[in-house]
Amino acid sequence: MNTRKKKQGYWLTLLPLYLFTIVFVGAPLVYVVVLSFLQRAETWGVTGQFTLQNYRQIFQPVYLQTFVDSLKLAFLSTALITLIGYPFGYFMAKLSPKGKKRMTLALMIPFWTNSLIRLYGWIIIFRANGPLDQLLIALRIVDQPLKLLYTYPAVVVGMVYALLQFMIFAVYSSAEKMDWSLVEAARDLGASPITAFFTVTLKQTLPGLLSGIILTFIPSMGLFFIADILGGNKVVLVGSLIQDQLVKAHNTPFAAALAVVLMLMTTLLIALYRKIAGGKELEGLV
Amino acid sequence: MKRKKIRPSHLFLALVLALMYLPILLLVIYSFNESKISSVWGGFSLKWYQQLLADEKMFEALANSILLGISSSVCAAIIGTLGAFGMSKVQSRANTAVEYLATLPIMIPEIILAMVFLAFFSLLGLPFGMTTLILGHTAFCIPYIFMLVKARLVGMDPSLTEAAKDLGASEVRVFFDITLPLITPAIASGMVLSFAMSFDDVLISLFVTGVNVNTLPILVYTQIKTGVTPEINALCTLMLAATLLLVLVSAWLGREKQHSIETKGE
Repeated sequence: MNTRKKKQGYWLTLLPLYLFTIVFVGAPLVYVVVLSFLQRAETWGVTGQFTLQNYRQIFQPVYLQTFVDSLKLAFLSTALITLIGYPFGYFMAKLSPKGKKRMTLALMIPFWTNSLIRLYGWIIIFRANGPLDQLLIALRIVDQPLKLLYTYPAVVVGMVYALLQFMIFAVYSSAEKMDWSLVEAARDLGASPITAFFTVTLKQTLPGLLSGIILTFIPSMGLFFIADILGGNKVVLVGSLIQDQLVKAHNTPFAAALAVVLMLMTTLLIALYRKIAGGKELEGLV
Repeated sequence: MKRKKIRPSHLFLALVLALMYLPILLLVIYSFNESKISSVWGGFSLKWYQQLLADEKMFEALANSILLGISSSVCAAIIGTLGAFGMSKVQSRANTAVEYLATLPIMIPEIILAMVFLAFFSLLGLPFGMTTLILGHTAFCIPYIFMLVKARLVGMDPSLTEAAKDLGASEVRVFFDITLPLITPAIASGMVLSFAMSFDDVLISLFVTGVNVNTLPILVYTQIKTGVTPEINALCTLMLAATLLLVLVSAWLGREKQHSIETKGE
């Protein structure tokens, strides 16, 4: 009787989370899935008619291309982020305790700075005849302004810059927990530093690396405002497509279908990670 | 161990860090630029700051952002903390499902959440504005608090609460006297993180805000998109200063924050 009463008390503490999550996360998601199977009304809104048309529409070459482009950009950004972020997180874990603390603080400041502000800094750099052009001309590397703003490379830089910290913190958190004596043992047994890295270090930091990849890959498919600000209208991503369909074309069901597909891709990636990492949560998320 | 030696790895770290700070630094420098054209240095000036301070829309947006950040992090703190506490006490299969759903908002691309909220809020007929903003932001703030508090509860010594119970304290008393003080650092760092995330958010805000309610990021975004004035440089510099202050405060709040960034909720 007493324990039962206690249990009820604990359920009461769970109530707000259950309610909020079900009403404001679960229900909206279900609604969007339903929406994606409904027919668009002539002018605005939807009719109650069931249809697969919205999903079929995704396979039209124009829209398919957007998905391919988004994936390409996400792959490219994630690859670059891995190339920079993995060694960074790894080297950071090798710093002295004091060095680690300082480095964490140094990383926190850009991490916590509004992402628009940080991107805006790149607008200044990339602008025609801006600091970058002036520097390159002064160094005689180029003789004409590159005018990098509103180009694909600018978008890639923006993506890398906005998401790099996720990779760094994820790799760092798993490299931190690493058992360095295993590396030493491998070295003592005659492994070259490179062999030791691939057989011991990489394996131990894999959860961090994988979660870093997911934490950069997933958002990079949806962060359309980066493509918007740094790429002008030249780079169209799934994110911008969803916004366009929703705000400009008022085709809510199609936007819903796009969101559902993006969502499925994301869920698949996370499930894949959980499988490889043995059911663990993503590293370095909070 | 080998301490003072400068290794190639240190050079790499320094180089990447320098690149990270470069755009921020340039932004600050150009905010003091007299010239309207950003590629020309026209001498030191504070005129953009003066112009900014006279801008009423900016102050309104700032007030909105602060109100939004505080409201959503407080709501998320209450819901997330109670939820994490309850889940540590009651084992149920429903918990797994709810936990998955509750943390979903920071796992999926923001654009999905933004679109989902927009569609759902119009279905409910909620008036778009501060209410919808707070609801949306609370949804993505809950995961941070929930995960940090959950990690903290797992790491807590169970003998502390048992001792209190043995001495006759009621459940409620144990929660307020023992558990809550122990998880307060986690709640605090979760709230700071939530506030920062809310203050930073463009996408979701853009979708769920009403016609007349601007937040600071929305204002910056629309200004960047529609022709840039150096006023933004000044605004960004001020926001940067505020961020710096926030980071220092959270670092001062204890190593809790750093620790959680390093080891993350497990």
